[in-house]
Amino acid sequence: MIDLQGYGPRLLEGAMVTLELALLSLVLAVILGLLTASAKLSRNRAIHAIGTLYTTLIRGVPDLVLMMLLFYGGQIGINMLTDQLYDAFDVDIFINVDAFVAGVITIGLIFGAYMGETFRGAFQSVEEGQMEAARAYGMGPWLAFRRVRFPLMMRHALPGIGNNWMVLLKTTALVSIIGLTDMVRVAAEATKATHEPFLFMLPVAGVYLLIASLSEWGFAKLSKRYSTGFGEASEWTN
Amino acid sequence: MDQLSAWFTQLLAGNAIFTANTLGFYWNGLVTTVQLVFLCLLLGIVLAVPLAIGRGSKRWWIKWPIYAYTYVFRGTPLLIQLYLVYYGVVFFNGIQDTIFWEVFKDAFYPALIAFTLNTAAYTTEIFRGAIKNTAKGEIEAARAYGMSKGLMMRRIILPSAFRRALPAYGNEVIFMLHASAVASVVTIMDLTGAAYYVYARFYAPFRPSSSSP
Repeated sequence: MIDLQGYGPRLLEGAMVTLELALLSLVLAVILGLLTASAKLSRNRAIHAIGTLYTTLIRGVPDLVLMMLLFYGGQIGINMLTDQLYDAFDVDIFINVDAFVAGVITIGLIFGAYMGETFRGAFQSVEEGQMEAARAYGMGPWLAFRRVRFPLMMRHALPGIGNNWMVLLKTTALVSIIGLTDMVRVAAEATKATHEPFLFMLPVAGVYLLIASLSEWGFAKLSKRYSTGFGEASEWTN
Repeated sequence: MDQLSAWFTQLLAGNAIFTANTLGFYWNGLVTTVQLVFLCLLLGIVLAVPLAIGRGSKRWWIKWPIYAYTYVFRGTPLLIQLYLVYYGVVFFNGIQDTIFWEVFKDAFYPALIAFTLNTAAYTTEIFRGAIKNTAKGEIEAARAYGMSKGLMMRRIILPSAFRRALPAYGNEVIFMLHASAVASVVTIMDLTGAAYYVYARFYAPFRPSSSSP
């Protein structure tokens, strides 16, 4: 067994942080993505413009730069806001931007834009006839969305979601730079202390590979499920 | 020109952060980022073309090692690869006394190696997909002309595969440009590194960081 020189438990905690961060950001990204896709498909010009601005802006800036902007800049922005509150209403509150929350929000924001593009394409590839049929059955708009449009859309969206998830997972490594103690940060600290880069970095890389392989398998299963009734399950390839 | 510099001085007057000095930092950072990205993409392509051809080989001892390489490098974060190469070199016992230290004491080359290996893995998969999708008719026509395998690869398959790979490769270029921001972590003064340096001196994140690409 490899000797992690006492860093084992901290590495494990870091791995949990990475996993929690990735899953929470995925949830945020999917919600934002659905909203963005609806905004971009909206006939209202202002809403459409907001959606386009969001996706263009986010996809044009490096993840790390956005993360630094939100983490360091967000704290200053909040401080300014609370100062104003203090001056105006005499309420004294102090909000500290937590690295974990900043990480979830930034990664969610970034991948919301990518998910938005994925969902938009998927919604567009659902045939109108399907929705007409649902309406003919007397389904309301919500029921038709839940039973017809969403499952049909997911078939087209799944490969894109899978790719985004893989990229998101790897992006979580960047939060170690803004001060969150995920497994990459623990490994980096341990490396600097013990001068053994391979001992600590390789297991961390292995955990990322493991999560990636497991999710690849999971997405293949999901893809099969959402392709029921479409003949051969479309192969989910990375 | 005089007008331009006068306008520029006026723009900078009364601005504590964007002085000529810090703008010089940004300029150097931009140069470093462009150098790093351009070189790693160039080396990445040079590596990826033979690897992509080998990836489609029928021999398992050529095919599987290349697949393992692309799988590992696409499945782990670039930051970890960067740490591995950078610390792997810096903490290598006795490297300080060898001739290699001249090359590796600057973080630029370890970062270049890590970035090149990363982009080569992605580019290999992009090219392999393009090669695999070559129309059957093109290959049959080439064979009917009596072309050898090498000639067919050079004259028919690769040119048509490059054309098909171009959109995906364009995404990879942009991805690499964005990913290069992590170079600032290992003491490289790239554009993000310069922005972080200026931020650390003035504690005002919005103005310095917004000018990163």
